[in-house]
Amino acid sequence: MTDPAGEVAVLARGLVRRFGPVSAVRGIDLAVRRGEIFGLVGPDGAGKTTIMRMLAGVLRPDAGEIHLEGVDVVADPERAKPLLSYMPQRFGLYEDLTVAENIFFYATLFAVPARVRRDRSQELLAAAGMLPFRRRLAGQLSGGMKQKLGLVCALIHTPRVLLLDEPTTGVDPVSRRDFWGILYGLREHGVTILLSTAYMDEAERCSRLALLHAGAIRHCDTPARLKQAMPGALLAVVTRDARRAHAAVEGAAGVLGLLLMGDRVNVRVDDAERRAPELRARLAGQGIADADITPIEPGIEDVFVALLGSGSPA
Amino acid sequence: MNLGRLFAIAFKETLQVWRDPRSLAIALLMPLMQMVLLGYGVSLDIRRVPLCVYDQEHSQTSRELVQRFVASDWFVIARNLNDERAVRDAMNRGTCIGAVTIPVNFSRVLASTGNAEVQTVFDATDANTTTIATGYAQGVIALATADFAARWAAAHGTRPPSVGSVDLQPRVLFNEGLDSRNFIIPGVVAVILGLIGAQLTSLTVAREWERGTMEQLISTPVTALEVMIGKLIPYFAIGLFDAAFCLAAAAFWFQVPFRGSLVTVLLTTGLFTVVVMGIGYLVSVRIRSQLGASQVALMLTMLPTSLLSGYTFPIDQMPAPIQAVTLIVYARYYVTILRAVFLKGSTVADLAVPILALVLYAAAIIWIAARAFRKRLD
Ligand SMILES: Nc1ncnc2c1ncn2[C@@H]1O[C@H](COP(=O)(O)OP(=O)(O)OP(=O)(O)O)[C@@H](O)[C@H]1O
Ligand SMILES: [Mg+2]
Repeated sequence: MTDPAGEVAVLARGLVRRFGPVSAVRGIDLAVRRGEIFGLVGPDGAGKTTIMRMLAGVLRPDAGEIHLEGVDVVADPERAKPLLSYMPQRFGLYEDLTVAENIFFYATLFAVPARVRRDRSQELLAAAGMLPFRRRLAGQLSGGMKQKLGLVCALIHTPRVLLLDEPTTGVDPVSRRDFWGILYGLREHGVTILLSTAYMDEAERCSRLALLHAGAIRHCDTPARLKQAMPGALLAVVTRDARRAHAAVEGAAGVLGLLLMGDRVNVRVDDAERRAPELRARLAGQGIADADITPIEPGIEDVFVALLGSGSPA
Repeated sequence: MNLGRLFAIAFKETLQVWRDPRSLAIALLMPLMQMVLLGYGVSLDIRRVPLCVYDQEHSQTSRELVQRFVASDWFVIARNLNDERAVRDAMNRGTCIGAVTIPVNFSRVLASTGNAEVQTVFDATDANTTTIATGYAQGVIALATADFAARWAAAHGTRPPSVGSVDLQPRVLFNEGLDSRNFIIPGVVAVILGLIGAQLTSLTVAREWERGTMEQLISTPVTALEVMIGKLIPYFAIGLFDAAFCLAAAAFWFQVPFRGSLVTVLLTTGLFTVVVMGIGYLVSVRIRSQLGASQVALMLTMLPTSLLSGYTFPIDQMPAPIQAVTLIVYARYYVTILRAVFLKGSTVADLAVPILALVLYAAAIIWIAARAFRKRLD
């Protein structure tokens, strides 16, 4: 693969991985530029973890190639490992070691000098709001703090590529803000970040997103352009009983997709101006008279559902 | 190999063992319990074993032989019998546990060749008693043989062409009073060390898989060799500590005479510890659950060690094919070494063969174990 400017940090081509009869990853291509925050988004079982593991050099692909900062990961995973940090989906640190001991362990494995280790762990623990918990066993931390400790350990050396598999699942909003604060800080150092996430607000913060479905990348672009690529337009239907409205609108002419969002239903239609009055009439006909229908900008979740839902163009 | 990473693994593993009650119990309580259980369990000396005698000759020499059994105080003559069937019946009824048959031409053959055969049969229902009683009987016969041979030599002016039961003489010579305890306790030490060593290390890699820490560990630059050696270091230290405890208990508590050098014991114990820990580690790499790994390690160490190491059942009394199998039971070499160092004061040079066997074993196991661990999830 040509990369004349040398700015591609992670490159994957034709990656395939099967588990017996299951094709977990079916020939994906990725090119993540240096300093990017690249998001992998997809439903459960889409293959996010499998891709991350192959990129981290802990799982062999059945076919395809991976280059990480120019190192061939498939041929020589051990040469890639000093360059990367991988945070698995399942908490991977030692619960019977304290916060400080876990940090010491990973720092030593990556040959971080003692002085650098002390400065960095101080800095990272402060950014994560975890300074008071140094002597606590990792197993006694809350879920969110465990995830933040995972990030601290992943960043105790200076990786060129950071691989984070659903790093903020189970993390409260405040901790997630700490988390992202640290991630943004890394971009200045040219660290390339690849993360998978189930949170749409988090997906919006990525510089680019790959929408993954059944082991294949269906779309890959910036969040803004993905929104533009969404076929149709979006109408928000706000009523007292959103569930009933959802049922009433389903199957109406021109409706491409539906997404129940708590107090409202996001309805994707082929033509907003034409369909808005039609829907209002249909709802009134079913006894829902208070419906307020307005055109809205799509969020990434709508795009996600529209692009990955059945019948969407691949 | 990077010393920093090696240290990191060893340090982490030490903390984990220190904080894991199960590992600590195996490391510190098990040697004590096993030493008491096995040590006392097997060292009950057996006295006055009821014996039937079928003396086909009734000569002065044959009567002298029978008298030697009685004089040893380990046997009492339950019956004098006159045919083979009566012997079988008596043993079946439990009238006696063993029988000595002296052939009709015993003293004639002895007088002409200096060498005659005596048959002993023991009831094998209680294997432990039988083993010990067999040992006693062979001791009695060996002593008698030596005396007869000496008399024959005096009469003929030369040594007899061969002396029967020569291989039994060491037992008579070095294990005074044929005390089974002295014979068995060194074996008990070997069994305990083998058991504990493999148990401890069988948990170490399996624990990483079970707790989900392996995935992140193998994403770092640490090498398979660093993982193995780093993990084994703390267990090796524990193993040596346990060894010191068990050996001290053998010498001071069970009063087994110690005639060898401490250096020989330390050297061979270190080798043996490497072998058992290598086996435990290998199992741990292969089996990704702690329970499964510890059970397989138990089977691989406890069974062959207790049955085939010669620690209670003398190897030279096993059927030939089983004797051949014992050659691959690493514990037999250590049992041989410990016994010899304790009772005979053997040196490294004397024990070159079993030591070499252990060295080869250790090298092979470490070589295989170092290659068994792959830094991959699949
Ligand atoms: N070790 C494995 N053995 C067998 N099948 C596997 C294995 N790992 C993954 N799979 C299968 O491969 C597919 C992709 O799994 P993967 O874990 O990569 O998905 P994911 O996108 O990470 O899902 P989630 O959001 O639930 O974490 C699934 O069908 C899964 O069952
Ligand atoms: Mg996953």
